[in-house]
Amino acid sequence: MAEMSVELVAVERPVWSGHATSLFAETTVGELGILPGHTPLLGELVEGGIVKITTTDNEVVTAAVFGGFLSVTGDRVSVLAEAAELADEIDVQAARDALTRSGDDPDAASARARATARLKATGENG
Amino acid sequence: MAAQLRLLRRRIRSVQSTKKITKAMELIATSRIAKAQARVEASRPYSREITKVLSALASAAGTLDHPLLVERENPTRAAMLVVTSDRGLCGGYNANLLRAAEELHALLRDEGKSVQLYCIGRKAVGYYRFRQREIEQSWTGFSEQPSYHDAAAAGDALVQAFLAGTDDDNGDPGPDGVPGVDELHIVYTEFRSMMTQTPQARRIAPLVVEYTEEDEERESQRSEGLAPLYEFEPEAEELLAHLLPKYINTRIYAALLEAAASEQAARRQAMKAATDNATELIEDLTREANQARQGQITQEISEIVGGAEALAAAGSDN
Repeated sequence: MAEMSVELVAVERPVWSGHATSLFAETTVGELGILPGHTPLLGELVEGGIVKITTTDNEVVTAAVFGGFLSVTGDRVSVLAEAAELADEIDVQAARDALTRSGDDPDAASARARATARLKATGENG
Repeated sequence: MAAQLRLLRRRIRSVQSTKKITKAMELIATSRIAKAQARVEASRPYSREITKVLSALASAAGTLDHPLLVERENPTRAAMLVVTSDRGLCGGYNANLLRAAEELHALLRDEGKSVQLYCIGRKAVGYYRFRQREIEQSWTGFSEQPSYHDAAAAGDALVQAFLAGTDDDNGDPGPDGVPGVDELHIVYTEFRSMMTQTPQARRIAPLVVEYTEEDEERESQRSEGLAPLYEFEPEAEELLAHLLPKYINTRIYAALLEAAASEQAARRQAMKAATDNATELIEDLTREANQARQGQITQEISEIVGGAEALAAAGSDN
């Protein structure tokens, strides 16, 4: 099976890297699935979105990504993010609390987006 | 004599406790350097990738047209971001940096630009406030462990000021009424090694597009028809407009991390010197105290002998 190497790097640390068979991301234009051999592409990801990586071992790695870019060149995919968290690093309860706290306050829009992305990444309902 | 001895002993005790403190600070700084260096290391992959993406965008999009990339015709105002520490006790770290900042300030002035100050770290704020210079904006409280969030706060403010300067005309605020700046500079301390840290002044905007060998390679590939043709989501210009401020934030973040590592290294060095000095001082004082003690004993003996002799002399008279 064809594979591609994927790197998920946040500003403060590299988050995940490995080989994958497919990747799913949300760009500002729309949702996007990437398979090995994709056309070279540069994209901007939505503010609080998720990235789903299916590894060659058929595991699914999900991460919440904030303020990120996606670059696909040949068989290399890199996801650059200001901050990124893998699903199993996320504190669901904390995210849920943050969501409740942010409420409908327009000033807390970014906090709300973050909390929603975290919950989405863990598969919980926001 | 006895009083002198007591004074000396008191001083030795005082220096000893100071030495304990400086020694502890030295050890703490040493362990933090390693951590700070690990953070610098951890931030490298991102900055490498974002540079790659930017150069890919540059070579694929062909024309680069964004205010952050265009040299202004006659720059009149410059912003200077000065990165110092929050705490002292780190030797010449802040003094050296502020001297470099003053040099850049003088240089910019000579070029006919007025300088706006942006400060990071309490030491810079204190320095400029004491000299009654106007500080445009300042951020403090994170010099030892800067997070990207802190860098982004400073970066966003600077980029905003820079973009507000796009429509300025010869010192006139322009249509938007906001006087912006035409250049962004950063002064920070570069971590060379455990022993050397040097202040650096860099211009971060307008950015200079450097064509490296890799680009030339790509250029030749393109002429052979092998260059990857990128798809952009969203359009290239919009992507560039979003990517460039992030790139600047990354540069600032990298500078903050370097500065944090330098600060710890400078502190370690200063505290090591202080500890060594304390050791030496204790040695000298101990020697002096011993001498005083010996002197005191000698004096006592001679007093006793003198007294006994006097008594003996008085007895033989009878």
